[in-house]
Amino acid sequence: MSDTHPKEVDQVSGVETTGHEWDGLKELNNPLPKWWLYLFYVTIVWAVIYWVLYPSWPLISSYTTGVLGSSQRAEALAALEEGVAGRSQFADQIVATPLEDISSDQQLLQFAMANGRAAFGDNCAPCHGAGGTGFEGYPNLQDDTWIWGGTLDDIHTTLLHGIRVDNDDARFGEMPAYGRDELLTKEEISQVANYVASRTGLETDEGVDLAAGETLYVDNCAACHGDNLEGIQDVGAPSLMSANYLYGKSLDAIKAQITNPRNGVMPAWEDRLDPATIKSLTVYVHAFGGGQ
Amino acid sequence: MAQQKTGLVSLEEGGFAIFLVLLAFACLIVAGKTFDQVMAFHASVGALFAALGVFYIFKNYFDDGGQAIPQELDGKPNYNIGPIKFGAIAAMFWGIAGFTVGLVIALQLAWPALNFDLPWTNFGRLRPLHTSAVIFAFGGNVLLATSMYVVQRTCRARMPGKILPWFVILGYNAFIVIAGTGYLLGATQGKEYAEPEWYADLWLTIVWVFYLLLFLGTLWKRKEPYIYVANWFYLAFIVTIAVLHITNNLTIPVSIYSTQSVIVWAGVQDAMVQWWYGHNAVGFFLPAGFLAIMYYFIPKRAARPVSSYRLSIVHFWALIFIYIWAGPHHLHYTALPQWASTLGATFSIILWMPSWGGMINGLMTLSGAWDKLRTDPVLRMMVVSVAFYGMSTFEGPLMSLRAVNSLSHYTDWTIGHVHSGALGWVGYISFGAIYCLVPWLWNKKGLYSLKLVNWHFWLSTLGIVLYITAMWVSGIMQGLMWRAYDSLGFLEYSFVETVEAMHPFYIIRALGGALFVVGALIMAYNLWMTVRHGEAEEADALPAGSLAAAE
Repeated sequence: MSDTHPKEVDQVSGVETTGHEWDGLKELNNPLPKWWLYLFYVTIVWAVIYWVLYPSWPLISSYTTGVLGSSQRAEALAALEEGVAGRSQFADQIVATPLEDISSDQQLLQFAMANGRAAFGDNCAPCHGAGGTGFEGYPNLQDDTWIWGGTLDDIHTTLLHGIRVDNDDARFGEMPAYGRDELLTKEEISQVANYVASRTGLETDEGVDLAAGETLYVDNCAACHGDNLEGIQDVGAPSLMSANYLYGKSLDAIKAQITNPRNGVMPAWEDRLDPATIKSLTVYVHAFGGGQ
Repeated sequence: MAQQKTGLVSLEEGGFAIFLVLLAFACLIVAGKTFDQVMAFHASVGALFAALGVFYIFKNYFDDGGQAIPQELDGKPNYNIGPIKFGAIAAMFWGIAGFTVGLVIALQLAWPALNFDLPWTNFGRLRPLHTSAVIFAFGGNVLLATSMYVVQRTCRARMPGKILPWFVILGYNAFIVIAGTGYLLGATQGKEYAEPEWYADLWLTIVWVFYLLLFLGTLWKRKEPYIYVANWFYLAFIVTIAVLHITNNLTIPVSIYSTQSVIVWAGVQDAMVQWWYGHNAVGFFLPAGFLAIMYYFIPKRAARPVSSYRLSIVHFWALIFIYIWAGPHHLHYTALPQWASTLGATFSIILWMPSWGGMINGLMTLSGAWDKLRTDPVLRMMVVSVAFYGMSTFEGPLMSLRAVNSLSHYTDWTIGHVHSGALGWVGYISFGAIYCLVPWLWNKKGLYSLKLVNWHFWLSTLGIVLYITAMWVSGIMQGLMWRAYDSLGFLEYSFVETVEAMHPFYIIRALGGALFVVGALIMAYNLWMTVRHGEAEEADALPAGSLAAAE
């Protein structure tokens, strides 16, 4: 199509238009801005240089590798190796040193605490809290109430093998569901719950037969939780005299736990973390203040 | 030719009616036989929409007695503005819905309890609802409405078809309804910006092909010797989105009675196709489509000629050619081979100037009319949008470099970058276009209140600034915290600590978002009052020609 429109000059800028018009819109015939064009060329030249230096263009069954021989994968692996090598001196020592001796070597302790802190933040904190103070259902690691034991070895075993999980050495201990499985009646559950509450300083319901509750306790609970409600760590039965209960310390919470108990799990970390890190975590958790 | 068949149902009406009747029956069969509740719901909605479509076609036929619509009235083109009005209203509706959902999820990030522990309101479902509502529902309707307006005006021709334009705009909005309710009910194929499941994708494909035909048909009927630059951008947007949409959504449904499907691509190839789509959905939906808006509405509002015809040609072709290569920069430091990643990054750098070509042409068009920025907040909005466009198209290539990307990737920096483009560029150019369109479409002399436009401008500008600065600070801090090591080589911060550190910035971001929503509500009120109470334009007055104002 030939250009039939007359070209005109825009009076504001003094530049000629292209002579076309659409719905009152016209276009000026300004040239490309010089700086724009040159910057465009510069980016193209930069890209070509980059293509020469680095892997960039696909070929039929391979690709141009670039004259620098750069390989992102090789660089990442080298950086990883360097990181592992940097730590290996201490990490090997941690693995070789018995748990109770780590704290007597200042350098080793410092390493274990740093390693433990980093590992705790990304692996343990989601359940146990950033400071290890726990949440309802997730044990507080700062107090001296331990379900499965608070010595270095106990903590190490819990970390390695977990609780109630699919691991050959995982520790199991399951509270029977007295209500759900109809082992006790609703009234009996109320009696035994009130008895436990009375022993640990909680308010009790009025008119409940506490003596009957004690008998029920001796018959049903004492085998695991102990004659004096002190708990037995070998079977993971927590002390009922402690200040904190895992699933809440109130009469209602006790009744709920006896009726339909929750049996929480802890992962086995031996499949996920290396031995030095698990030992470091043990030392770190032990040092929270509750360690025995 | 239609004139001779007066009184009969035209081929177009009959064709659409038969198609919709068949569709309604197919939907009813699926609704009856499916075991999937979401599918049953969607098939019912589909049947209802199709039945309404048939009803509308015949109601329209009996109302006008099957008369053909005149192409010209009093020697002027008889433009079809009904579907454009619908698109403008839909854009405003979806915009406010999408911005509000965005605000809700911003608040959820600051206070997760706002998830309410309900499946329909959790972040994972609301986030795609937000992105799709703002990009495809708001942005899509703005593009449909403006493209139908611009292509008719700059071709001096009525859009072809009686049913076709309505089918495109209503069919597109039906897609939005199906996609959006699907997200809330948990039907998603889990591909970012391509979440709708196979049946919604198929429907969109049909609508989109008709959209292309509608647009090409109008160009074909044009009374102008040349095609205006805005239409090149619209056409590039329509064609490329079709190709991207189809390639990225090649899925095999588990069964026609199921909402689920399996993608044909696998592994890193799937990732590459997804980000080739993802980046160019951003590239062709957002820059290309909205540059088209810029090329019509800025010179129109400023009453000045486009600054450089040559620049518009060169940057158009450069943009179209180069954008399509840049996708791999979304997959740095992943299983994607290094060569693909390098190639994507270098093309992203080359893309810098072609992107800026649009900004230069937009801004330089103002030369000789800069004083209007003081008095016309609508023009100011559009000019600021071009400035945001320039800023985010500079930031984008920068972030595509591997060294920068190693810090920015997966952090809030990306969110900040996207929103400087989305709120600043796409949002503002759309607002500007709608502010121009509504008085034109409803034959009003002007907007109800320029003062309210001013309020909208300043509130939302403050909102955008709060939003993007909060995300820059939070994102860069997050990236630096992730890579911080202590002297023994252990990570300095746990993930939880980085989340805690970002909390104040999440609150600032939500505040910015709230200001943006308030601005949009003011706009909706202003437009409502314009349509209801605005002063009518005299019948034969036309918008001023670009050079007339300079005389």
